[in-house]
Amino acid sequence: MSNPRPIRAIVALGSLTALLATAACSGSQPAAPASGGQQTASSANWDEKGPITYAQGKDTSGNVKGEIDEWNKAHPNEKVTFVELSDSADQQRADMVKRAQAKSGEFSVMSVDIVWTAEFAANGWLEQLPADKAPMDGMLKSAVDGATYFNKLYAYPSTSDGALLYYRKDLLDAAGIKEPPKTWDEMKQICDKVLPGQKGMSCYAGQHQKYEGLTCNIAEAVNSAGGEFITADGKPAVNTEAAIKGVDWMAGWIKDGTIPKEAVTWKEEESRTAFEGGRILFLRNWPYVYNKAVQSKLKGKFEVAPLPGLSGPGVSTLGGHNFGISTFTKNKGTALEFVKWMNSPENQKRRLQKASNAPTVEALYSDAELTKQFPYLPTLYESIKIAKPRPKAVRYSDVTLAIQDSTYAALQGQKDPKQAFDELQTKLESLTK
Amino acid sequence: MSTVHSTAPQQPAERTRLSDEELATLSKPSHDWKWWLGMIGSIVGMGFIILYCILPFYWMIVSSLRLPEDGRSTDLVPNPPSLQNYVAVFDPSNNFVQALINSIVISGVTTLLTLLLGIMAAYALARLRFRLKGLVLSIIIGCSMFPGITLLIPLFKMFTGAYAWFPFNWMNTYQAIIIPSLSFGLPLCVWNLTAFFRQMPVELEQAAMVDGCTPSQAFVKIILPLAAPGVFTTAIITFIAVWNEFMIAYTFGTRPEMFTAVNALSRFTGQYGFDTPWGTIMAAGVILTVPLLIMVLLFQRRIVAGLTAGGVK
Amino acid sequence: MATAVETAGADAPAPRSGRRPKKNVLSDGQGGLAGLLISPTMLVILLVVGIPILLSVRESLFRRNDGIDPVTGMIAQGESFVGLQNFTDIFANPQAVPAAWGSVDRLINAFLNTTFFTVVCVVLETAIGVAMAIVMNKAFKGRGLVRASILVPWAIPTMVSAKMWGLMFDADGIVNKLAGHQTLWLADNNASQWAIVIADVWKTAPFIGLLTLAGLQTIPDEVYEAARVDGASAWQQFLRITLPMVKPALVVAVLFRTLDTMRMFDLPWGMIGPGKYYVETLSMFAYFENDAGRYGQAAAYSIVLFLYIVLVAFLFVKLLGAEVVDDPETRAIQDRRRAQRKLAKQQRLSSRAGSTVTTGSASS
Repeated sequence: MSNPRPIRAIVALGSLTALLATAACSGSQPAAPASGGQQTASSANWDEKGPITYAQGKDTSGNVKGEIDEWNKAHPNEKVTFVELSDSADQQRADMVKRAQAKSGEFSVMSVDIVWTAEFAANGWLEQLPADKAPMDGMLKSAVDGATYFNKLYAYPSTSDGALLYYRKDLLDAAGIKEPPKTWDEMKQICDKVLPGQKGMSCYAGQHQKYEGLTCNIAEAVNSAGGEFITADGKPAVNTEAAIKGVDWMAGWIKDGTIPKEAVTWKEEESRTAFEGGRILFLRNWPYVYNKAVQSKLKGKFEVAPLPGLSGPGVSTLGGHNFGISTFTKNKGTALEFVKWMNSPENQKRRLQKASNAPTVEALYSDAELTKQFPYLPTLYESIKIAKPRPKAVRYSDVTLAIQDSTYAALQGQKDPKQAFDELQTKLESLTK
Repeated sequence: MSTVHSTAPQQPAERTRLSDEELATLSKPSHDWKWWLGMIGSIVGMGFIILYCILPFYWMIVSSLRLPEDGRSTDLVPNPPSLQNYVAVFDPSNNFVQALINSIVISGVTTLLTLLLGIMAAYALARLRFRLKGLVLSIIIGCSMFPGITLLIPLFKMFTGAYAWFPFNWMNTYQAIIIPSLSFGLPLCVWNLTAFFRQMPVELEQAAMVDGCTPSQAFVKIILPLAAPGVFTTAIITFIAVWNEFMIAYTFGTRPEMFTAVNALSRFTGQYGFDTPWGTIMAAGVILTVPLLIMVLLFQRRIVAGLTAGGVK
Repeated sequence: MATAVETAGADAPAPRSGRRPKKNVLSDGQGGLAGLLISPTMLVILLVVGIPILLSVRESLFRRNDGIDPVTGMIAQGESFVGLQNFTDIFANPQAVPAAWGSVDRLINAFLNTTFFTVVCVVLETAIGVAMAIVMNKAFKGRGLVRASILVPWAIPTMVSAKMWGLMFDADGIVNKLAGHQTLWLADNNASQWAIVIADVWKTAPFIGLLTLAGLQTIPDEVYEAARVDGASAWQQFLRITLPMVKPALVVAVLFRTLDTMRMFDLPWGMIGPGKYYVETLSMFAYFENDAGRYGQAAAYSIVLFLYIVLVAFLFVKLLGAEVVDDPETRAIQDRRRAQRKLAKQQRLSSRAGSTVTTGSASS
């Protein structure tokens, strides 16, 4: 194909296949079908058993090693070799992509970040999981959605993640405020009440440095304002009024200091230390902060709530990992059994207890033992239940960078938010063509 | 080129001292205040240089000696001081010991290989006359100016097995890091050694030849022992260059067990994958810089001589 | 690279056949031995540099297919020949990014950043380095201490220094605390560029200082004394004596620093991060594209950098007369040839056609 430029097509997946088939790619050049990678569900041999490998990022908690030992003890003829990859997500992805491009089945089972799932599936690197072999009953709907591409399930939801609003309960109590804010306006009003007594404290911050975290944060802003980056039929829609309201909110708050100016250099940790250091009243962050903050001097002084939105509850960005089975591996039968075993409710429960990974099994969020140990779980459930995945893009790295480019320019005041998102619209349109 | 011939800083230093003192006594009445001004100026200047060079490094050390949770504190001294960051560096999950071993193996093997090849080439370049010597020199020096990224892209494709004619997966192997490292290590080594060999008096070999040695015997028996300090210096400089290299090690070492120390440091994250453990990173930085600094301080005169002779990096 | 550096060596065989300068008794007829000694090195260089360059050129003419099947969502595989499209796309399909140079194509932006860093860093580190060398040369006590401390920045790995400066340039870091003003160095703005410049100059100015000091120490004090007697001011002494005397050493040092800065990667990558357009250099952009699996584009951009470096090295040698390849024998040959030319001119023989002017002779 000698296109004038690479077709960096991105395709959003909605629940509506009919729309997809008709609208998403009408008029685009027909692409050559994947030569070696494409497969149909029927081609996989789900009965083949034998030793396999499992690749994932760094096992920081050491829990995975224990799980695999347990599996190997029970399945001496279907041993799983654990391949521990880098702790950097980009490197994990690169490692897996290289194997797949070489059509190597070296990694039989891969722990695939939710945002790569579309790319891997579109390249034909992941085996499609038939519904009868991998039932999704009892799984979080949003997590299943994150493992689905063109209405087919390509991976098994393993962990999930959603954002929480951390707030200083002690200060809100002192000001006589009973409820955490449900909207941005309420948050601002609370700040106006509380902040005058607090020297050096700003109202709110999330992660506004230019990296993947910014994509998560701006996606939340846009979704919470009722907008969407890419609609169900695969069309970019960032120049809509709602989407622009989202970016306007974030840029406006940075401009007027509601979000401290230096927050444009903050990632998760900088914002966490700012919260723990009493420099912000509200913090948007992932659940891991809870475990850290209870050990800090904020112990007992903070609480969590679902994210606020424009006119009602906000929409979190969905995080997490899915287990994918390589198209090129042998012993897919063992692989599937292993995937299901690893993500059984019991193992997910243990993974939450040992590694703080949020489960994809819905029932665990109301498990009495777990909610006692992790008081934020019910709130996290509220957040994840309505969380939305980031745009499902085959060229996700291009899409996320384009989103970051425009957002960051708007946050730094280099561009007017509307202008920035108009440009983003053009860019995404050219990427989806 | 003047740099080649000026590798004895001691003598000029003596000379400066003598003449300045002489000057001071000779021109007492009229130049007194000027002399003092210069003196104070030079002391201030030296102080400035030392602070300039040391202060950022001081900050790294101080930051490494804080409590892990004080990672980004700006207190001028750690309060309270703590070695916890150093303990954290060697936490098994960081694999840092393995990374240090990898760095030693990779830098050591690369240095040995480059020395082996480089000594031969440098001797020929410094002592023998042959056709196309200028071209050979140009190619070698050209390589040391070469942008690494131009090599990395095809090598990356090659080592991941994307070319049918190279059916090996060399990602995360020692050779995948060592072989590309030769591309800058070898020119550096040849360049330095050539400069060293040139400084050695030809008369020694001539004397040996008169005694019936062949040129190669003369080289092994006379030149090599005498050049040992130069070879040693070159080895240190090459070792440091490979030890400090990032792009190659980062590209071909993607698994924790194949990280070099610099690569491992660039990827340190904490327990939850989101943390930037500044204290641990700084401690690791100190750990992998201090051996170099000790080497550099012990052999500073030689290294300065080597750097000025080679003029590379 | 051979084209960029002195071509004098290649001319060497011609005069040698007739009149061989009897400078080194040992070197006569050693071609065979030399070949034996040199060939392993050249072979390794061919393998680790030569072949990858050729592969890079090949890659730069191809592009990975990435069209998407509208029904299944599957991606096309393989690669296609695209000719020079990877290079010409900056005109045909500019990928505008916002940064310090306005909204320009990403490759052009990286090119301008590379140029900016090279010019600013090299100018600053040369100025600071020369100043350091002068101070060190003047000093007669504690020079050892200064020399030891000056090697500290040189010995610290660039990645470590990137992290170290990253911590210092933090929004709440020590730099902002000392300055008393919160500058957002680690965002993506003009300050980020200067953060890179500061960290780079810190690491490399001492290196230039060292090389210059070596040059300074060859200047006899008598020269300065004579100048003082003649009433030359300090500034005049600097311009008329110091600079010309250290020029050969300095030019080589500056050349090496220039070429090294042009391929800058570790520092911005480790300190500011990838995908930040204000600090994205050509090396970083090519690396980024390689990571994204666009090998063709990555190879093309790396070749742009390669050609740029060749051009700059060539200009250095031509205009500033950097004596990079410094070999006593080739110099002797040049001197001899120069003398011959002079003689020939005196005899009013037309020597123009026969001898090419080599750079070394043109400069010195």
